[in-house]
Amino acid sequence: MNLEEFAAKLNVLKPAGVPIPEGVVCSTPKEASDAVARIGPSVVKAQVPTGKRGKSGGIKLANTPDEAATAARAIIGMSIAGHSVGRVLVEQQCAIARELYAAVLTDVGSRSPMVLFSTEGGMDIEEVAENKPAAIRRHVVDLSRGFGAADAAALIKGLDLGPAADAIADVLVRLYRIFSTKDAELVEINPLAVLKDGRVVALDCKFVLDDASAARQPELAKVASPPRMTALESRGAEHGLKFIQLDGNVGVLANGAGLTMTTMDVIDHCGGRPANFLEIGGEAYTKAEVALDLVLSNPGVKSLVINFCGAFARTDVMADGVVRAWKKLRPKVPVFFTIHGTGEDEAVKLVRDELGFEPYDLMEDAVKAAVEAAR
Amino acid sequence: MIYRRGQKVLVQGITGKQGSFWAEKMMECGTEVVGGVNPKRAREVYLGVPIFSSAVEAARHVKCDVSVIFIPPALAKDAIIDAIDAGVGTIVTLTEHIPSHDVLEIFARLRSSNSRIVGPNTAGIVTPGEGFVGIMPGHNPNVFKPGSVGVISRSGSLGTLMCLNLTRAGHGQSAFIGIGGDPIIGTTSLDALMALDRDERTTSVVLVGEIGGSMEEAAAEYARSMRKPVCAFIAGRSSPPDKKMGHAGAIVSGGQGGYGPKRAALERAGVRVADTPMEIAAFLSELNAREYAQVARK
Repeated sequence: MNLEEFAAKLNVLKPAGVPIPEGVVCSTPKEASDAVARIGPSVVKAQVPTGKRGKSGGIKLANTPDEAATAARAIIGMSIAGHSVGRVLVEQQCAIARELYAAVLTDVGSRSPMVLFSTEGGMDIEEVAENKPAAIRRHVVDLSRGFGAADAAALIKGLDLGPAADAIADVLVRLYRIFSTKDAELVEINPLAVLKDGRVVALDCKFVLDDASAARQPELAKVASPPRMTALESRGAEHGLKFIQLDGNVGVLANGAGLTMTTMDVIDHCGGRPANFLEIGGEAYTKAEVALDLVLSNPGVKSLVINFCGAFARTDVMADGVVRAWKKLRPKVPVFFTIHGTGEDEAVKLVRDELGFEPYDLMEDAVKAAVEAAR
Repeated sequence: MIYRRGQKVLVQGITGKQGSFWAEKMMECGTEVVGGVNPKRAREVYLGVPIFSSAVEAARHVKCDVSVIFIPPALAKDAIIDAIDAGVGTIVTLTEHIPSHDVLEIFARLRSSNSRIVGPNTAGIVTPGEGFVGIMPGHNPNVFKPGSVGVISRSGSLGTLMCLNLTRAGHGQSAFIGIGGDPIIGTTSLDALMALDRDERTTSVVLVGEIGGSMEEAAAEYARSMRKPVCAFIAGRSSPPDKKMGHAGAIVSGGQGGYGPKRAALERAGVRVADTPMEIAAFLSELNAREYAQVARK
């Protein structure tokens, strides 16, 4: 779950004592001009849970209230990487002396938290990592020791940060505290600015909350941006189903993430295009009826592959769900089954007796037939 | 991470619906379950085995080589740390969606122990003919058959399909190691590959990978030096970027974790990569035919 910039600044950085510029969230040009009248020359920034806002024209300077209204009018309603902009953050302009980068994230390689710092702030960290790998300093945190002032000082030692060094070290310690107490996957400040008057301020912030921890961070989950979903995807989410709508024409219903991805791959390999990802894995194997309903609600679907390979998920239970949905919906699209594993005999019998379909033995044959039928 | 008959298994969460169902299946299959854990039902006998209040308590009374975690995400961390404290060698963690900071804490604790975690979010480990630990159809002879192919998979469903295909083509398995679909897991493809390389009963290895992360690349480096042939299938070739494909680990973002680099790394290391899971069985049959021809020539 991502927090937009203003949500991350107000709900994460500010309470943790990381300095941020004065700013106001506005959803109309009038609010933006009022904000500039109060706080002076500002930056007007689109609030969307994605990067690359500047390059898309989503960040503009406004020195007067009128300019703020104009900027807000231009930005609100624009679309950035598929996200439509509903709000802007109007934030006081700062006299920047230097731009830095700071982040704490979950490092898969070391299975530990990692603190990152770079003097190459203000640009994509992936680019810095690629072109100037030495410009990034990394500290793998030993959880039993944590990350304190001495660790932060050691991390930035020798970087010639002048009198700002102490304030930067302090921000790093606070950032680690945020990471470890707020169930973050990533908390990033880019740029972390040293101002001409010597202050150190977070000019942007990215915060990613671990999805699995939403229940124990209810305040943050509440202010996180909802994921962008199609109507069908939201319907899937309501039923606790992971459904991803794609623009193909062969519908997919399989159990387990690995098998579902593979069914899509084999469709692709046989010259077809998958219409969706939808897995009924784990306990969700009992939801075949709703799941099939979802797949068939996609008007792009011209044929359907049902691929069950039961282990934990029982194919007889899934087949029963499919039979119920099929009888209820009476779809016109042709369906191609392949069923193996737990409960296989009962499942095959159900599909044969109730629907009159003969499952294919090989998944490839079922997929080839479905791809052919969708043409 | 390879189950062997005679290893003693503790089931944490044995009294739950899934815990009971799969504990029974494991026992039917020959797995030696020596006890279960449920703090509220300690000292009872359930499915013919004693229930203990904790893994630490269990270890005082019975030998526990392997523990399997049937515990919901919010409580999984405590259960796993209990198993680490009990000195259990292999902790098979089936639980999905454990909060990532709990996972970090678990791995920090693991470092100062001699335990190993398989998973989280694994479907378990199977040795056909000997037993299994987890939620794989280890008891189903259509899927698993004793033999000499070692199978490593991040996915239970796809691993099942792979073993089913192998069995039908006459390639029995020496071991199935389900490593799990999470981004941070205790036993990686590389770890499993090394174990199968050392395993005397394994003569060839099938690596079932997925998009996301860089585990397959790391395994490829090692496969290069192996004398046993390795073939692979990588799922997720057609998956759109920036979307999690069911598994938290299966995401391609910022160009990282894509299909192309994984396949290229494996092929550079001499691993044959299949376009579909069915091709794997054919690869193995070719290998066997070649070996047979060599033996016949001598």
